[in-house]
Amino acid sequence: MTDRGGVVAAATGAEALSTELPAGRPTGWWGMVMFVATEATLFACLLGSYFYLRFQFGPEWPPGGLEKPKLLIPLLMTLVLVPSSLPVVWAERGIRQGRRGRLRAGLAITMVLGLSFMGLLVKEYSDDLKLHTLTTNVYGSLFYVITGFHGLHVLVGLTMIGWLLAASLRGGSFGSHRHERVRNAAIYWHFVDTVWVAILFTIYLSPRL
Amino acid sequence: METTAQTSWSGTRRGRRPRPVVSALVGLCLLTACAGDSPSALNPAGTGAARVAGLWWLLFWISVAVFVEVMALLVWALVFRRGNVRVRHGQPLRFVAVAGAAIPFVILVAVYGVGLRDLAALGAAPDGDAPTVEVTGHTWWWEVRYAGASGATANEIHIPVGERVRVRLRTDDVLHSFWVPQLMPKTDLIAGETRETWLRAERAGSYRGQCAEYCGTQHAHMAFLVVAQPRAEFDAWLARLDAPARQPQTDAERRGQQAFVQGTCAGCHSIRGTGAQGKVGPDLSNVGSRWSIGAGAVPNDAGHLGGWIANSQTVKPGNAMPPQPVDAARLPDLIAYLRSLE
Amino acid sequence: MPTTTSPPTGLSGDDLARLAEHWGERPSLRTWLSTTDHKRIGRRYLVTAGFFFVLAGISALVMRTQLARPESGVVSPQEYNQLFTMHGTAMIFLFATPMLFGFGNFLVPLMIGARDMAFPRLNAFGYWVFLFAGLFMWASVPFGAAPNNGWFAYAPLNQLQHNPGLHMDIYSLGLLFLGISTTSASINFIVTAFKLRAPGMSLNRVPLFVWAIVATSFMVIFALPALNADNALLFLDRRFGAHFFDPAGGGNVLLWQHLFWIFGHPDVYIIVMPGLGIVSAVLPAFTRRGVVGYPLIVLAIVAISIISFGVWVHHMFATGLPQLSYSFFSAASTIITIPSGLQIFAWLATMLLGRLVLRVPLLYVIGFIVTFVLGGFTGAMFALTAFDQQTTDSYFVVAHFHYVLIGGAVFPMLAGIYFWLPKITGRMYHEGLGRWAFWLVFAGMHVTFFPMHLTGLFGMPRRIYTYRSEPGWDGWSLVSTAGSYLLALGLLLVLAGIVHTLWRGRPAPPDPWQADTLEWTAASPPEPYNFPVIPRVHSLHPAWDERTAESTGAGATEDRILSEGKRTLFTSELDARYERAVEMPESSFKPLVLAGALLVFFATMLFAWYPVALAAVLAVAATIAAWLWPPRRPVEELGVAT
Repeated sequence: MTDRGGVVAAATGAEALSTELPAGRPTGWWGMVMFVATEATLFACLLGSYFYLRFQFGPEWPPGGLEKPKLLIPLLMTLVLVPSSLPVVWAERGIRQGRRGRLRAGLAITMVLGLSFMGLLVKEYSDDLKLHTLTTNVYGSLFYVITGFHGLHVLVGLTMIGWLLAASLRGGSFGSHRHERVRNAAIYWHFVDTVWVAILFTIYLSPRL
Repeated sequence: METTAQTSWSGTRRGRRPRPVVSALVGLCLLTACAGDSPSALNPAGTGAARVAGLWWLLFWISVAVFVEVMALLVWALVFRRGNVRVRHGQPLRFVAVAGAAIPFVILVAVYGVGLRDLAALGAAPDGDAPTVEVTGHTWWWEVRYAGASGATANEIHIPVGERVRVRLRTDDVLHSFWVPQLMPKTDLIAGETRETWLRAERAGSYRGQCAEYCGTQHAHMAFLVVAQPRAEFDAWLARLDAPARQPQTDAERRGQQAFVQGTCAGCHSIRGTGAQGKVGPDLSNVGSRWSIGAGAVPNDAGHLGGWIANSQTVKPGNAMPPQPVDAARLPDLIAYLRSLE
Repeated sequence: MPTTTSPPTGLSGDDLARLAEHWGERPSLRTWLSTTDHKRIGRRYLVTAGFFFVLAGISALVMRTQLARPESGVVSPQEYNQLFTMHGTAMIFLFATPMLFGFGNFLVPLMIGARDMAFPRLNAFGYWVFLFAGLFMWASVPFGAAPNNGWFAYAPLNQLQHNPGLHMDIYSLGLLFLGISTTSASINFIVTAFKLRAPGMSLNRVPLFVWAIVATSFMVIFALPALNADNALLFLDRRFGAHFFDPAGGGNVLLWQHLFWIFGHPDVYIIVMPGLGIVSAVLPAFTRRGVVGYPLIVLAIVAISIISFGVWVHHMFATGLPQLSYSFFSAASTIITIPSGLQIFAWLATMLLGRLVLRVPLLYVIGFIVTFVLGGFTGAMFALTAFDQQTTDSYFVVAHFHYVLIGGAVFPMLAGIYFWLPKITGRMYHEGLGRWAFWLVFAGMHVTFFPMHLTGLFGMPRRIYTYRSEPGWDGWSLVSTAGSYLLALGLLLVLAGIVHTLWRGRPAPPDPWQADTLEWTAASPPEPYNFPVIPRVHSLHPAWDERTAESTGAGATEDRILSEGKRTLFTSELDARYERAVEMPESSFKPLVLAGALLVFFATMLFAWYPVALAAVLAVAATIAAWLWPPRRPVEELGVAT
């Protein structure tokens, strides 16, 4: 080991130890990536079930004389949610340079966009529930379960963002050396964001193809 | 002579032909009766089952050969390689790769080819004009109808021997699986869909079948019998399935019929040519000639029939038929009538 | 802070005292409930999974008693159907995987030279969830409300209209609850193996058992979501009137089977793979050499974990899907037997080139090879669609999977128990008692399950609570029942052996077997901090390697002693280069509180007390928020721009 003593000394010196990310990924990053991987598989199973049930059902889709889903609100939801990743990226880059103001501002903007998404989802549901419900037929079941499950994830993501915001407002939480939690929550938020695109395609666009 | 199904309850199945390999296995199981009389896949009587039995014996002997090889290596190590000294780390990777991967690969590819051939053979649909049996699974009995015939029977399928017969499978409730080990491998009955399989018996006889997909409380009692008979006998049997049920001949039978039609029985059961047109339970127009009561639960004789009518829940707990409040004086008449329906 | 590391300083008495102070836990109820020590948690997994094994085993004995004779009335059909469902569900979900994860929990940090798992509190949480989910499911049995639809719970029999009562709600909620534990444990194993390996333990020096646990964990990550989706949809169908599996509402019953087996087939390997890993770990000690073909075995492990996702349809060969798909899945199912065969021959070569020391663990490995090879033959047979259609859902398949699972998982577990008992308990087991137990277990297993091949071929379907006398069924069923009593007796002797070890066993040295992996360089039982000095690993067999030994003796350096605080090491993922020392979390009650809140959630969902369930969700969120709340640090330490 003596041949590597110098390297080790450099890696364990006071300066190296005081930063959070000297080299390599921390365990938290790997943990979040694995968690997102398993969650993404869960969404893949749900979306796969959608297409399986649709093609097993037959040519008529949506079944039972239901209209094809309207696109206006879902497109608005996309316009709100997809760009909401940008302020998170901006905030994360900010705190990496130790700029807490950018962290707070970025998180706040994301909160607003995410909450708008949830508001639009409520509006969407109140319109749809007049046409069909979870129990109408398998189409209704798929529609509400997939969008609802995603909505739940947005809610969890918003809880994380709100929690980060609270911690960052308290002070003493994050800085250029301590921002692992920000990075992990950002990974989750990007995931929630990306999944929406797959849902938009599956639930709203694919019945028109 | 007609092939009556009843005789088969005692376990007599005709047309056994000992095979050399079967007799080899019989050596394994001297103490108990073996493949011979059971509804055994190794005692095939149908084209499909015979093919799979052939596949089994191929796989069996390959397995025996490989097992002997593995055991020989193991025993060699145990006998000649004992001791407690650290040894040098030789790495015979080529031996591992050849014995553990290359040779198995060659064997498996060959076996896969044979399996593919059998898969195609089992999957080939019968001709368009082949006789068609419509089988519907219910919890826990089999409804049997024939394309072109109006009548229905239950838990008993008659087929002409030596002909391919199409079997169309539907289920009224949960999944079931149609399995006659001596004739044909399984096909599941899928809720909301129709499946097809076929049967071809190479020799006359009665072959036991049973539901093979767990289907609830009485999955154990969902058996049926396939009766393969010469064409003429089959035609005669099928013709009776289209005609009204046998009329009562004696006073007791007449009283029994009256009790049946006017009592609770008719609410669920049908008998062709009478007022009984219930659709819930099995059609009973030929119940007297069937091999069993309750889809293989008990033999079809007067004693068991009476017990079944009075309280079938003690015989097959959980089945759909509630205990019947039949007047004790009427019960013998009812039994006499039902026994007369052949 | 250590800043310079050469020349080597060696380990001092002060270091040991400080390590003991930082890592040690006084035995008390408080530390019992709040511990995050992977060894205590690992032991708990082993004991709890063993307890569920006993319950599931008793269920099996009742079933075998019922089936000893035709038309016997030991249990009612309703009781029998709950028994076989709980037997399968518990053996698969509550025994096999948790037992192997128990081994993993205890051993992975020790084998890789770490002082704990990557996420010690998550580890404690995973155990509590496993315990609560297991109790949640078993608690239904005394009320006659246990799951009753077979362990794979096919639709539409799992639907409310065909199966009223709470049976299948308990099944779906119980498995969803348990899934949280399995997933968190898997993530923990992966990250631990990626980041916490001792310096120098590059990928080509990782013990095969750790490879197996990591591959298993990856399979869990990608397979378990399918089961979770299935159960969530089932619960929505049953409770809230959705139509996923209801043909009348446009749903499809085969969706259940597809999702179930997309999980279910990888799950077979999730169970067997760590078992094979145990075999690879046990063999070197008793053949006096390393396992032949390390790279081939790693390749086989990786190949199995990938191909296992492409074979699920062979569980559906009788459902009447298109022939083309059958020929594809038949080919994939045929091919997947090759990596297993490769491992068998690697072990055989190891034995042929080694020097055998015939102790109890090696006996179980030999029993494993005999049994698993036979199960493998029938497994390859099932890959052929025509043969599968004849024998699936008969007793032949029951014989097959008991050969594979008892051969491939239980025998290795038993080998592992005897092998690591000295390490876990610090005491040696009684060799004679162990040998008696082995022969009873081995004979009992084969007497029980070999005849089932025959009854299956003779046309006996599985899952029947009774049968009319049929030639070939009665006699062999009786033999099976007799065998099951023999097997139970053998397992009872195993238990007696464990009790004897704890009670009367003579003290074990650190390395009673002269084995090759790092756990044997730790004390028996290991100190709370595992290693006074985290070793620097120089070979695949670090305990046989003098340079590795020197790195913890005269060559011990402060950057691997880390006695200031509760610390272990991060190294790089591939080459295990030294990255930095990290502080491990203190023990905590939060894992227990969080698991308790989840228990409240699932129990109230079961009984439809939704307001309480909502409160439980809020409690879950609050606990997690508090758990991960960042500690307040001074601005200089954070690095804040001005």
